This record gives sequence, structure tokens and C-alpha cells, in this order.
Amino acid sequence: FHFPCAILASNAYYLIPHPEIINSVELPKFVLCLGRWMHNVLFFLLSTSRNFSLHREAFVVNETPVFMNKPPPHVFKLMSLPSMIIKLTLGLLWCIIHLAISLLSLCSHLIFNLECSLISSGLLWKYRNLQLGRLKYLAIVVDSREAKNTVKINQLLYWLKTLGVKYVCLYDIDGVLKKLFAPGMNGSRDNNPGDYLDASANIKALDCCQKQMTIECISGSDGKEGIAKAANLLCSSYLNGDSYTQENVKSEENVKSEENVENEPVFTETDMASALKSIGCAGPEPDLLLVYGPARCHLGFPTWRLRYTEIMHMGPLKSMKYGAIVKAFHNYSKKHQNYGK
Amino acid sequence: MPKHIAFIMDGNRRYAKSRSIKQGTGHSVGFAALMASLIYCYEMGVKYITVYAFSIDNFKRDPSEVKTLMELMEEKINELLENKNVINKVNCKINFWGILDMLPEPVRLAAQKLMASTAENTGLVFSVCMPYNSTSEIANAVTELCKERRDMMQGQQASGRNGRPANGGACSDISVSDLDRHMYTAGCPDPDIVIRTSGETRLSNFLLWQTTFSHLQNPDPLWPEFSWRHLVWAILQYQRAYPYIEQNKDLAKKQL
Repeated sequence: FHFPCAILASNAYYLIPHPEIINSVELPKFVLCLGRWMHNVLFFLLSTSRNFSLHREAFVVNETPVFMNKPPPHVFKLMSLPSMIIKLTLGLLWCIIHLAISLLSLCSHLIFNLECSLISSGLLWKYRNLQLGRLKYLAIVVDSREAKNTVKINQLLYWLKTLGVKYVCLYDIDGVLKKLFAPGMNGSRDNNPGDYLDASANIKALDCCQKQMTIECISGSDGKEGIAKAANLLCSSYLNGDSYTQENVKSEENVKSEENVENEPVFTETDMASALKSIGCAGPEPDLLLVYGPARCHLGFPTWRLRYTEIMHMGPLKSMKYGAIVKAFHNYSKKHQNYGK
Repeated sequence: MPKHIAFIMDGNRRYAKSRSIKQGTGHSVGFAALMASLIYCYEMGVKYITVYAFSIDNFKRDPSEVKTLMELMEEKINELLENKNVINKVNCKINFWGILDMLPEPVRLAAQKLMASTAENTGLVFSVCMPYNSTSEIANAVTELCKERRDMMQGQQASGRNGRPANGGACSDISVSDLDRHMYTAGCPDPDIVIRTSGETRLSNFLLWQTTFSHLQNPDPLWPEFSWRHLVWAILQYQRAYPYIEQNKDLAKKQL
């Protein structure tokens, strides 16, 4: 998408100084003037977007959005003609810009679909040998409205199984997936890969064709609310311990690990992690997160598991492609993490 | 138009390597790019900007590099204090979020001084996260909340006639909004866009609590190359995703 940027800023592109020139403390004046000009143009253009319903069809219907934003009638009469014309022109310009972006994204989408079908048919040699060694845990975030489409979810899980993924964590913010998969998840705890699964009732082992894949379903309530519950646990155990010490003479045994000599609470990340584990909201940290939805948002995926996860956007669930998953895995295998170093 | 944009300033060292200059200079160029982006955002009407300057994990780096970074930060903060920087003209309120005690003494003092001197400003709100980790922010919020509850309980016990402690009976369960109040970001809206430059796709423990509905973007240019056109492109991409994000936010509010 860098080439479309040039179209947008084509007038001003040659005016933008090379980054090394900006290395002085005082910004060149022309950049500030340019900024002010763009402020006047763009601020109006872009701020009117709040009142629009921006579905793609609306672009074709075009100018009606501008009129939807019109002020009350008595103010309307007071507005002068030139300013009205300016506003209409700016609104039109904004619509044209977004239309151009939509067309470009449509083109790139078509190219991407072509690439995916090539990958699926095995013609592109670099995607043939997938190295999944580093990918131990995979997570998928699905938009809750799309999550009701069980056919697609099952197909996705089947593809992942054939690719050899061992552990999949499905997430959606409203808990739709949990409800859909929960009936089949009774007492399948024999294949727990680790201690953290013991307290969780969300695991289901999918056993098929000698390839076993563990599926976990979590929802928004395991995210922020899970942290609130863990905080509650830590807090109440501290406060109860405190009131206990007030009843009796303070002895050495009553001082817990999270309290220091002055009886001040100090909770560390490790304390939170073990609290989360004890309420059943802990789980393995995914290496890769695939987001299925119109926009790349993680929609509240549990914080303690999202720290170093690579997040990749796959588009809406209804247009998911096998080739896209292969490409995502390939891109993941090329990534290198420093973990802060 | 987004109200709050967060930047993860990634790619300074790779930039320095590609241009065969010293790493320290790469960070300086990165700082210049930051100042430029601030001005562009201010001109466009973005009110809140947050940047990920230094992570708690970054202390694991080579000590000489950490020292260079700390010295650079001290130098730039002092420039701001002495009113020599261009962003002094935009009436900026500067926050420093993170565990400031982990910073060396001169940097910490300078940062606290800068926060105090700009606390009354009403223009752009510029928040620098250093040294910061989202998980430690949450742990810190829990600690603060616990202290608050304990003080409340002690207050209740002191005013009660009987000598027996109340055993937390009057306290309700901790809710998400209780924790929101104690985060460093209390008072700031959630980020609308999170931009991580250099094409990396992870969040590296940055604002994980606050970015539930944020549009995550990862443009390819390295941070020192991030300029005005990338910012405009980022905002346009956000606008295309805006209806979906707003829908989700409304649904989430309805469920509360």
C-alpha cells in the first residue's frame, strides 16, 4: 500500500523533506505551513466521517452523506454560499479519496485471492515445505457475529488439523464459540498437555486421523473480567490476612509473600499470573494469533497471553482461504523476536 | 478523526545499521521523527498521543546501549524543560507512564520535573511510556486498588464502635472499572490506532488492557522513516475500519 500513499500526497510529496533533514531541532517553516493547510482541509474532511455510515454502497450513493450532516434549518440559511460550496467540494474530495482506496484494496484483494489459489494448488514452491516447529500454540480471534457460522469454523479447524497444528485457542468477545463448542466438551481432560489445563473446562481434544489437536474456547469474560477476578482473589486474601493479623499478635508466619515488613501490599506480575491460574483463566501463550474480521483488532484477548504474540489479520471469516493460512504460517516462520533485547 | 494514537517506535537500530551510522544516532533520528509526528498529529487535531519509548524488557540490552538511551532521554527532557524544543509551542501536557523508579536518578528527576511543569497545560496530551510493561501496569493497578480498599476498610473500622474488624464485608468485588481507575491511562481515552513501525506484528506488552477495540496497524517503514504521508494513510485506514469498530464498542457497552 505504499504506492497509493503517493497518489494521496502527490502534490506535497516532493515537499516532504528527507527524514535526515528533519534531524534539526527546529522544523522547517514550510512543513508547519503545510501542516496547517492539511489541517484545514483534512480536519474538516475527516471529522465529518463520524456521522457517515461508511458501507461501500454508500460511496456509490455518494453525496447524500454530506447532506445528512447538515445543520438545523435556521443556521443553514445564515451560511454563505461560498462556504457551502467549499464544504460540498471538500466532502466530495473526501468521498473520492475513500473510493480510490476501496478500488485499490479491491485490486489487491483479487491479487491475493489469486495467490491463495496458487498456494492451495501447490504451484508456489516456497510454500510447499512448511516448517511448523516453532508454532506450538495458535490462537484465532473471530468476530462474534461471524462466529455463529459453525460450518466455516469447522472447516477452519479441519484445515488447521491437516496442516499439523497441535493446539488451537478460539476466542470471540461475546462467548458465542464457548456456547457452540461447550456441549461436546465433557470430561475430555485425559489429554492435557500441561498443568494449566487442569482447572479449565474449555478443552476438547479433537481426535481424528491419528492427528490430535487440542481446542480451547475462551471468551471476553476470560480477558478483562478474568483479571478483575484474579485481582479480587489477591486483594481479598491480602485483606483477610491483614484482618487476621489484627486480631492476633503479629507473628512471622502471618507475613505473606506479597507483603513486606511494613504490611504494604505489593503484587507482582508473577502473583497475578498464579492468581489467574488458580481461577482457571490461565493458558499457554499463543505464538501466532489470526484475526478473522473486517478489521485488525484483538478484541480483548486475555492480556497475560498476548504479550509477545504475532498478530496477523486474515480478513472476514466468510472469505477465508486455505492459501491465506499457509501464507501466514510461512510469514511467521520468517519472523525473529528479540524479546526486548 | 481519531482522538488517540499510540506509536510503538520500532526500527531505530535497523535504520542505523542500514545507513551504517552509530546506533545512538539512529535513536536521535528516531527522536526527530517523533517530534515531527507530534506536530503533524497536533495540526490534524489528534488530542492524545502515546509512545512506547522504553520497555522493561529493554533493560536486558547491552549496558552501553541502555546508557546511551538514558543519556539521550535526559538530554531531550532537559531541552524540553528549558523550552528549547519545538513542541513547547503546542501547549503540550507531558506524562511519563511506567515504573519510574527503574530509571537512573537524573532521568527520573528530570521526568518528574517535566511532568509537574506541564501538568496545567491544556493542549496536546503526550504520554511517554518508559520503562513500561502492560502486565506490570495491571499488577500496579491491582496493588493500588488493594491499598485503597485497605485504607477504606481501616477507615470503616476506625469509625465503627465495636472493636472487631469488618472482614471486608462492606467491600464489593473488584470490577473492570475499578481497575481502569488505577491504570496509568486513567483520564485518557483508549487508543483508536496503534501503529507499530518496521512491519512487526506483535504488541510486545504495550497497552494490552486499553487496546481492546484499537485498530492495530503495522506499516513497513522503520520508525525514523515514518513521516506525514504514512500518518495520513494510517488515519485513512482507520476510517475504513471505523464503522466496524464502533459497532463492536456499542455492542460491548450494551452488554455491560
